[in-house]
Amino acid sequence: MPIEVNGKAFETDEEGYLANINDWEPGVAEVMSKEDDLELTDEHWDIINFLREYYEEYQIAPAVRVLTKAVGKKMGKDKGNSKYLYGLFPYGPAKQACRYAGLPKPTGCV
Amino acid sequence: MAKADFQVPELKEYAEIPEIKPGVMAHSKPFKSKPDFQEALGFPGELVEDWQKKAINKMGDLLGRYRSLRVYMDACVKCGACTDKCHYYLGTHDPKNMPVARQDLLRKVYRRYFTLAGRLFPDLVGATDLTEDVLGDWYNYYHQCSQCRRCSVFCPYGIDTAEISMAAREIMDSIGVGQKYCNEIIGKVYKIGNNLGLPGPALADTLEGLEEDVFDETGVEVKYPLDQEGVDILLITPSADFFAEPHVDGLIGYGKVFHEAGVSWTLSSYASEAANFGMFIGSYDNMRRVSMRIREAAIKLGVKRIVFGECGHAWRVAYSFLNTLVGPWDFLDPRYPVPQHICEFTYDLIQQGKLRLDKSRNDDMVLTYHDSCNVARASRMGDKPGGQFDIPRAIIRASCNHFYDMDEETIRDRTFCCGGGGGLLTDDLMEVRVKGAQPRVEALNHVIQEKGVTHMAAICAICKSQFTKVLPYYGMDMGQIVSVHQLVSNALILTGQETEEEEAVEAAA
Repeated sequence: MPIEVNGKAFETDEEGYLANINDWEPGVAEVMSKEDDLELTDEHWDIINFLREYYEEYQIAPAVRVLTKAVGKKMGKDKGNSKYLYGLFPYGPAKQACRYAGLPKPTGCV
Repeated sequence: MAKADFQVPELKEYAEIPEIKPGVMAHSKPFKSKPDFQEALGFPGELVEDWQKKAINKMGDLLGRYRSLRVYMDACVKCGACTDKCHYYLGTHDPKNMPVARQDLLRKVYRRYFTLAGRLFPDLVGATDLTEDVLGDWYNYYHQCSQCRRCSVFCPYGIDTAEISMAAREIMDSIGVGQKYCNEIIGKVYKIGNNLGLPGPALADTLEGLEEDVFDETGVEVKYPLDQEGVDILLITPSADFFAEPHVDGLIGYGKVFHEAGVSWTLSSYASEAANFGMFIGSYDNMRRVSMRIREAAIKLGVKRIVFGECGHAWRVAYSFLNTLVGPWDFLDPRYPVPQHICEFTYDLIQQGKLRLDKSRNDDMVLTYHDSCNVARASRMGDKPGGQFDIPRAIIRASCNHFYDMDEETIRDRTFCCGGGGGLLTDDLMEVRVKGAQPRVEALNHVIQEKGVTHMAAICAICKSQFTKVLPYYGMDMGQIVSVHQLVSNALILTGQETEEEEAVEAAA
C-alpha cells in the first residue's frame, strides 16, 4: 500500500514499512506520524536521525540498549531508558520510530 | 501500546471452560511469504499449479517418513480429553482451536486419500477432498497453534498436535504457501547468521557497549567476546539477547557467570542465533541447515564445549535433535554435556558455592516463574527427571528472597504457552497472541493478587517478547517480565567488585 508524500507515491510493505530505505525523505516521517495522530518534535527527530545514521553504518537498527545509551549520552541520563522512548513513540521504538525512519522492521524473537 | 481492535479476554477468578463460538477466529491468518523468501528455503515461490496432487504426495511422503504421523492420524478416538487444554481455544472460544479439531483438519484429508474406508465411503468416516477451503483452514488454523504440546500431555494416546501442525506447514510450504514471518527469518539466518539480521560489526558494537555498561556498574572488566578462536566455550544464544529488553539483561548475566567461573568463551558472528525456525515449519532440511552453522562455527573456533542461552525451542532442538541433525560431536570435550544449557552451567556453580549471590539485591521484586513449553515438555536439564523444572527455580531461589509458583495446573509439564510460540510471534497475529495468552496471564494475575508477585521470570526469548507486548493489553506493565539470568546478574557480586556496603565501610574508616 503506497503512501503519498508531497505528491509522490512511496511503496510500503503490508505493515506500513517503507519498501526501499533509499526512497526516504523527512516528509515520509511526517506523513506516517500524522496517520498515527502524533506530532513530531525535535526529540522525535533526534531519535529518527540517530536510527538512520546507525543503520547507514551497520545495516540494522540499533539494539534497544545501544539506542538508550546514545540517547542518554546526548540528552541526559534520565532520558537514557526505554520508558523515555515509549513516551515518545507509544507503539515502541522498533515498530514506530524505525518505520518513520524508513528502516525495515526488526524481525525475530523481538 | 497498540490499541486492540478486538475484544481482550477478561481475567476471571477461576479458570472457565468457555462455550464454543464457531468460526470466531476464521479470519485470523498471518501474512503470506513472498516468492523470494520461499525460494531461499528451497520451496516453490507461489501456489503451484497442480497443488492438490502435490500436497497429497507430500502428505504420503511424510506419512512414510514419520511413523508417528500415521499413528497420530489413526489413533484418535474422540474422547475429548484435549478439548479444553489448548490456550488458543480457552482464549478464543473457537472450536477449531480445540486440539482434536485442529488435528481433524489434516485427518479428514488423510482419511480420504490414505484409508480404504475414506476412499470408498468418505461421508461415513468424515473424509473430505483437499479443496481450496480446506487449504484455507489449514493455513489459518495451523497458524493458531504454537506447537506447545500441552494437549499431548492429556491425550491418552499421546497424540502430538505439534507434529501434526508441523507436517501441515511442511505440506503447505511444499506447494508454495508459506508464512512470511518464519520464512523471511530463516532466510536471514542463511544470509547474515541470525533471525534479526545483525551483521558482525553491529554485534561487535553492541557487545562492546555491554562491556562498558558492566564495567561502569561493577568496576570489573567482564568481557563479551566475539569470534575468538581457541576458547573453551561457544555460547549460542537467541539474537534477541543482543537486541531487546529484558533479553539483554540475561546476556549480561551469562557473561558475568562465565567471568566468575573463570572459563574462556566466545560468541560467533556466523552462528549468532540459537533459534531454529526450521522446526516451526516442520522442515527437517531447513532445521538441519540452520543447525549446521553451529557445528561449522564450533569447528572453526576450535571450542571444547557448547552452551545454549535462554531460548525455549532452541533448547528442544539442541537437547533432542542436535546430535542426529549435525552430529557426531566427538571433537568436543566428552566430560561435559553436549550441548549444555546456561541454566545447568550456572546451577552447577551455585552447587559448588562458586557464585557469591546477594539475594537482597532483588528485593524490589516478588518473582514467579513461567515454564516455557519447549523446555518443559520437550527437553530436560541436569541429570534428574524434572531438572528442566527444578534447575531454573533453584537458580531463582538462589538469587531472590521472594518467589511463589503459579497454580500447579498451569506450570511444569502442564504449563500454558505464552501465546506467541511456534512462529506466531508476529504483529499480524496479535489477536490470537493476546487471546492465547489469557490462561497464562490469568494464572499470573492470581499470584499477583494472592501473593503480591510483581515479576515473572522466563528462559525463552519468544516468551519474553510475547509478554512484553501482551501484558499491557491486560493492564499490566511490559517490564513485569524478566530474564532468569537477569536475576542472577543483579544478585551476583563479582570477585573484586566493591559493593556499596564495603565502600561505605571504607569511606568511614
